[in-house]
Amino acid sequence: MSFDIIIIGAGPAGMSAAITASDSGAKVLLLDDQPTPGGQIYRAIEAAGDKQANILGPDYMAGKPLAEKMRALNIEYVSDASVWQVTDEREVGYSTGGQARLVTAPAVILATGAMERPFPIKGWTLPGVMMAGAAQTMLKTSGLAAEGAIFAGCGPLLYLVAHQYLQAGVTISAIVDTTAKANRIPALSHLPGALKRWDLLLKGQKWQSEIRKSGTRIIDDVSALRVLGETKAEGLSVNTAGAWLDIKSEHVFLHQGVVPNVNLSFAAGLDHSWDERQLCWRPDTDTWCGASIDGIFVAGDGGGIGGGLAARAEGEIAALGALGKLGLIDTTTRDARAKSARATLSRELCIRPFLDTWFRPSDSFRVPIDDDAIICRCEELSLKDIRDTIEIGLVGPNQLKSFCRAGMGPCQGRFCGLTVQELIAKQTKRTAADVGYYRLRPPIKPLRLEELANLQIDDDT
Amino acid sequence: MFKRVIDETASDVVFDFEGTEVTARNGESVAAALLGAGVLSFRQTPVKDRARGPFCMMGVCFDCLMVIDGQPNRQACQVRAASGMKVARQIGAAELTLDQADPA
Repeated sequence: MSFDIIIIGAGPAGMSAAITASDSGAKVLLLDDQPTPGGQIYRAIEAAGDKQANILGPDYMAGKPLAEKMRALNIEYVSDASVWQVTDEREVGYSTGGQARLVTAPAVILATGAMERPFPIKGWTLPGVMMAGAAQTMLKTSGLAAEGAIFAGCGPLLYLVAHQYLQAGVTISAIVDTTAKANRIPALSHLPGALKRWDLLLKGQKWQSEIRKSGTRIIDDVSALRVLGETKAEGLSVNTAGAWLDIKSEHVFLHQGVVPNVNLSFAAGLDHSWDERQLCWRPDTDTWCGASIDGIFVAGDGGGIGGGLAARAEGEIAALGALGKLGLIDTTTRDARAKSARATLSRELCIRPFLDTWFRPSDSFRVPIDDDAIICRCEELSLKDIRDTIEIGLVGPNQLKSFCRAGMGPCQGRFCGLTVQELIAKQTKRTAADVGYYRLRPPIKPLRLEELANLQIDDDT
Repeated sequence: MFKRVIDETASDVVFDFEGTEVTARNGESVAAALLGAGVLSFRQTPVKDRARGPFCMMGVCFDCLMVIDGQPNRQACQVRAASGMKVARQIGAAELTLDQADPA
């Protein structure tokens, strides 16, 4: 079977790209690593009913018609598919159920979404510590919530999940808000642009005021955090207004924003640029979401953080770009059909400068301050380990790999790459952009030798 | 301790976790089922023998690695629980043994 367009990721961007492409008659292969479509934002959306709607809210439920539409069309949707490579020849390698396949198409759209920004503090590796997004995933997929948890960090998702916990009737021990007061003045200059989405600003206010009304303890003016416990989380030690305060809980949920999940786009060899406002790498794209390699497109949060609705719009734009490139639609039709998606995209993105600046995670939470705080979770390297290695005189993250194995464990740098980059920048007095990122190579997901040996190559030539 | 605030899905799935029976809701991951059963520690790290558990629940952190049906290094948050599965914590690095090799 041959395809016109292969789409990687069945979240808002991927599903919307698949729908747009399939609607225009393209043969679409949609690969996703989860058991059901939705990505992280609409995770387990197909099973959601009234109870989920009450707890998770209308923004989550908005994914349901999208998944239904995707299912109704003639799209080859493959769940549980782990994509381990995309080459510059648009060869997509993936495994499902222990069988590895290689399939090629004239256009490939990467819609790999976002992941939560690392939050490297002392004790963040202890069992019981999870990302707040992980807590939300548990709620979406299994209806599971932790009684008496601590939520710590900053950003809209932290308050969203806390609000959902309260909707579910689950008590929160404390919300520890690390949003820096120093962000306020620079953020205010972006407020006029953000006012076009006053409804979102109001929604955030509403969550916060409902959380306050519930009597949940909120702690702000936070300069340092340490997770308590030796073999598992026992609580959080918080430095607030200059004094340490201990809060007990076996569940600590951390969050300080999300960043593009760039392992696949880097490993594909796409050009990326450092975004100083969002403090992350994003693949370079043109107005049709086309990346630096011909025929590869990037849509959604994997290309820069814009949120679910922006991702849907970008999925549409990328699909139209690909359809135009393949000659499946003419450019006039393409341009006309992209108009409404472009309007949505610009409306969704206007609030980002304000949000990115207001919720910019503090330097001391992006690079740890405690010597024994782990930076590379896989190789168990602390701040001191990595700082001492940089001291030798190395110039970048790739040399660091050879010296101490940072970034070489199973997560392939996903949870230390940004920290290592910023630490090297700080220590060698360079910019993060100049330091650069780990060089990533396929396979970006574990691939057994047996699977590779039995690789099935779909070749229709 | 995690509790079920929504519990509408059937739970026909029963698997073995180191000699204990764990019940999973149909379709949920091994990681979610174990967390729901009160298990927080999923493995012991290869470098410093420290306990770890699920952290990201979306397949990017690799901290929930377990031995599932004899196969090490499986991401418990990415594997759907199935009846009859044998799940164990992964202690240290995975060892490649001869009995894992397929004689065919």
